[in-house]
Amino acid sequence: MKKIVSASVFLLLIFLYACQSDKEIEQQRYFVNGKSIFEQHCQNCHGANGEGLGELYPPLTDTVFMRSNKSKIACIIKNGSNTALMVHNKKYEGKMPAESDLSDIEIAEIVNYITNSFGNKLGDYDVNNAAADLKNCQ
Amino acid sequence: MKYFGALIISLTAFISCTQPEKKLPILGNREPVEKTVDGKVVVDTVYQTIPSFNFINQDSVQVSDKNFAGKVYVADFFFTSCTSICPIMHRNMLKVYNQYKSNPEVKLLSHSIDSKYDTPSQLKKYADKLGVKGDMWEFVNGPHDAIYGIAEKSYLVSVAADSKDPANFIHQGWFVLVDKDKRLRGAYDGTDPKQVDQLTSDIQTLLDEYHTR
Ligand code: HEC
Repeated sequence: MKKIVSASVFLLLIFLYACQSDKEIEQQRYFVNGKSIFEQHCQNCHGANGEGLGELYPPLTDTVFMRSNKSKIACIIKNGSNTALMVHNKKYEGKMPAESDLSDIEIAEIVNYITNSFGNKLGDYDVNNAAADLKNCQ
Repeated sequence: MKYFGALIISLTAFISCTQPEKKLPILGNREPVEKTVDGKVVVDTVYQTIPSFNFINQDSVQVSDKNFAGKVYVADFFFTSCTSICPIMHRNMLKVYNQYKSNPEVKLLSHSIDSKYDTPSQLKKYADKLGVKGDMWEFVNGPHDAIYGIAEKSYLVSVAADSKDPANFIHQGWFVLVDKDKRLRGAYDGTDPKQVDQLTSDIQTLLDEYHTR
């Protein structure tokens, strides 16, 4: 009996471990794809290191802003943005164009990339998160 | 014509190799003209130069070729609502600005190709947000034909309204280096940080050329 219990615990651990690394690999795939979409669609304005450009384009390095707005980023990408934003205590009032052609998965990849780059470490984000966030766009 | 250009480049390369100091090539069209010196006819070369111009800058002040007399300057073409290559160009140009902003011999000249929307006050907002102060870097507005004409004929940069998208323009992101004699001395892809680094050092080379004369 004892043997069976420890064997199943052992198996469970293996499964957990295997699933964990599957998930990690999946997240890495999001991140890598997100980087290449970022280079094509976002980097001209926000810079290769997310540094932004003067007060024209905000940086993506404000970890507090990114943390508290993580669930809004998908909508910002999909619909653009045209409000006053405070990033690193500076006011930005520019206009970010909408990227309405991007699919949910592409948006998830970009969000995954930018929320885990430029000093941000906000962890997992996948297509289900993106779909949920995009339902709540204003 | 292509071969002519290649010949010029290889000639200048050859000449610059045999000279101890590095000199930038002179670009653009050139014409041989006959001159009489001491009773003898000699052939001299006349290089293409930037003609006189008159635009309005971000402070609503008239800016003409006179403001660029005796300066080495970099010219480019952009518009403030451009979301494609312009942010990249001006992120790179900012590096040139920061390097030379306190050098009175160097200026930057960005022409808007959207004369309707880019009024001086719009250009001022843009310059402010970019973090540019003073008049070392001029952002100018001018009549459509004057800007497009000087772009294509004088700076050899092609610009055009996009026929598919009326809110957009097709244009090249060249940074054109002009010397104190209004001649073209270099053209660099303003979207490529490496070429812009080259421009930054070529400006110094050009300044040295005038200093050692
Ligand atoms: C044409 C330039 C431009 C492009 C391209 C662009 N943005 Fe933006 N972005 C802006 C501007 C301007 C703002 C500020 C908008 C405002 O004030 O409402 C902004 C704001 C943001 C913000 C919120 C503020 C911040 O700095 O964190 C995020 C996140 C963002 N952009 C991400 C992206 C991503 C991801 C892409 C690519 C899919 C992208 N942007 C493409 C110009 C751009």
